[in-house]
Amino acid sequence: MNHHQECVALQGHIIDSLLLPKVLDLILMMGGSFDLEDVHIGKTREEPSRARIVIRATSKALLDDILKAIQPHGASIEREADCRTGRAPADGVLPDDFYATTHLPTQIRLNEQWIDVDGIEMDLAVRVDARHSTARAIPMGEVREGDHIVIGRDGVRVVPLQRPQERDVFGFMESQVSAERPHGHVIADIATRMRHLREQQRQGRPQSKVLLAGGPAIIHAGGREALMWLIEQSFIHVLFCGNALAAHDMEADLYGTSLGYGLSAGRAVPHGHEHHLRTINRIRAIGSIEAAVTSGMIKHGIMAACVRQGVPVVMAGTIRDDGPLPGVITDSVLAQQAMRAQIPGVGLALLVASTLHAVATGNLLPAIVPTVCVDVNPSVPTKLADRGSFQAVGLVMDAASFLTEVARALGRAT
Amino acid sequence: MSRLLVCPPDFFGIEYEINPWMRLSNRVDRQQAVRQWHELMRVFEQDLHVALERMTPVPGLPDLVFTANAGVVVGQTVVVSRFRYPERQREEVHFEAWFRARGYDVMLLQEGLYFEGAGDLLGFPDYWFGGYRQRSDIRVFPILSERFHREIIPLELVDDRFYHLDTCFCPLSGGELLYFPAAFDAYGQAAITERVPGELCFAAPEAEALNFACNAVCIGKHVVLPVGSPGTQTWLHDRGYTTHAVHLDEFMKSGGSAKCLTLALD
Repeated sequence: MNHHQECVALQGHIIDSLLLPKVLDLILMMGGSFDLEDVHIGKTREEPSRARIVIRATSKALLDDILKAIQPHGASIEREADCRTGRAPADGVLPDDFYATTHLPTQIRLNEQWIDVDGIEMDLAVRVDARHSTARAIPMGEVREGDHIVIGRDGVRVVPLQRPQERDVFGFMESQVSAERPHGHVIADIATRMRHLREQQRQGRPQSKVLLAGGPAIIHAGGREALMWLIEQSFIHVLFCGNALAAHDMEADLYGTSLGYGLSAGRAVPHGHEHHLRTINRIRAIGSIEAAVTSGMIKHGIMAACVRQGVPVVMAGTIRDDGPLPGVITDSVLAQQAMRAQIPGVGLALLVASTLHAVATGNLLPAIVPTVCVDVNPSVPTKLADRGSFQAVGLVMDAASFLTEVARALGRAT
Repeated sequence: MSRLLVCPPDFFGIEYEINPWMRLSNRVDRQQAVRQWHELMRVFEQDLHVALERMTPVPGLPDLVFTANAGVVVGQTVVVSRFRYPERQREEVHFEAWFRARGYDVMLLQEGLYFEGAGDLLGFPDYWFGGYRQRSDIRVFPILSERFHREIIPLELVDDRFYHLDTCFCPLSGGELLYFPAAFDAYGQAAITERVPGELCFAAPEAEALNFACNAVCIGKHVVLPVGSPGTQTWLHDRGYTTHAVHLDEFMKSGGSAKCLTLALD
């Protein structure tokens, strides 16, 4: 976080004396910014008023200057306490009253200094390394006996998202899900971001990866070619999916079907229901998807594009999977870890046609990552928002149409 | 009948410099100071029939004469001052002892919370104004406001020549206000004019403000002020006040005039 903040209180007859506007003006004139919190205005002339002001500045020195300037006007710095920690009683068990994170940027106060919590995502705990003055968000399962875990809420602060400079659909940072809204401008904004991020990625800039988490409807609905093109053109840098997306993608390459339906014929083909099983079996026989692609068995498709482009793929299994394919992680905790390991550096997340993967990925994403959730079912983006990923822009549309439109906006010939 | 606390200038002089008026090189004519002080007392007692309570002067405390800074008296309660400068902090025990001996409820502020009495707290019956930044700490006003159930509007003093509110701000008994706007910033000026209608305000000309025309004592329809403020006196006359101009230039060498030399007891 590149900003510093302090909370001050101002009380007394601060309204008629113009003391409150004077202090606020001072903060702004000196180059700081503020949020007014808990303003209470006295109901009678005798009753005092009070205000809590959160002051933000781009440097510690500027913040100190501002505080020094406003203190003579009665602004008193609220006494802040260091965060409290408790020891984890056993492996995988957090102390009672542990602090549960949000996915917003978070700081803890340690030895009278505010430090950033690394690896923030929602619903984790915060492990403190007092010796190195660092703090990290960790899932319950990764806690080890004796770890110092933040407890209570003292000395913890969550920083609201700053409105991004870009004036695009992500600038609102709020979920608005409606099937009745036009999609064109949203897709245009996504494409603009993706073009910019590809450039950033080529320059090795941080937070420039585009993550796509997708379900098999991408294949069924006809979005395979568009997604393949996006991967080949280096617009997608990480892929999260399950057994099915990979299986049907390769089924399409080997048999021209998706779950037994002929993709070009548009009807069930004889014994087509066996195709995905035969596909999985052949990949299991050769040992890995990568081997299938490099040997030439799989020539075309999303998986082939990922292997050729070196795009990491995390495949998380479920209890309804056939096979599964080699590389599918069937331990869901390990799958979560593998997904989490790919989150750093992500600058845009596209969650397409999968409730399961959309929610799982949403849980892992910090709120600062612009996110799009695309589904024909409006309940999916709504569910994602209800589970806390309020930054996600919801698009109620078919996966194939979405991917085709994005690819077209990025220059794919149609 | 009004009662004022005063202190004879037996030991008055300039022994240190804690405001822009004070110059060690600018010697006080002690005899002249004593004459001027007695003339001021004569006006109060004989012309205005004010009762005077005289404190015993203390050697080594030259500013004890400025009793406006003893504290502030509200009914039977006195808030004794906490002076910003160590030179005047030695006066605190003498003021406190005087009030205790006369049965006042003495309220003491925590150490380090500066408050210089009626020098920085003035007002009308319903609401008061508090001067801060130069001497008194703004944090004292919410405490006094709660204690006395009065609104206190803080005003920042931005010109160090007007280091106490009573050097540039004088509420009058008829609701009028005599003040020097440039001693306040734009926020303070706006806060003042928001409260006191323009026709009731008199902005003292700079020359008269620097002559401490605003350091005046208002008793009923009488105003006692230093000589040399004709514009202020004319305005006061127009408002129906009788003025009593007194030579107090020896005390101006210390940055004080009529108001600074008195403390209203009731």
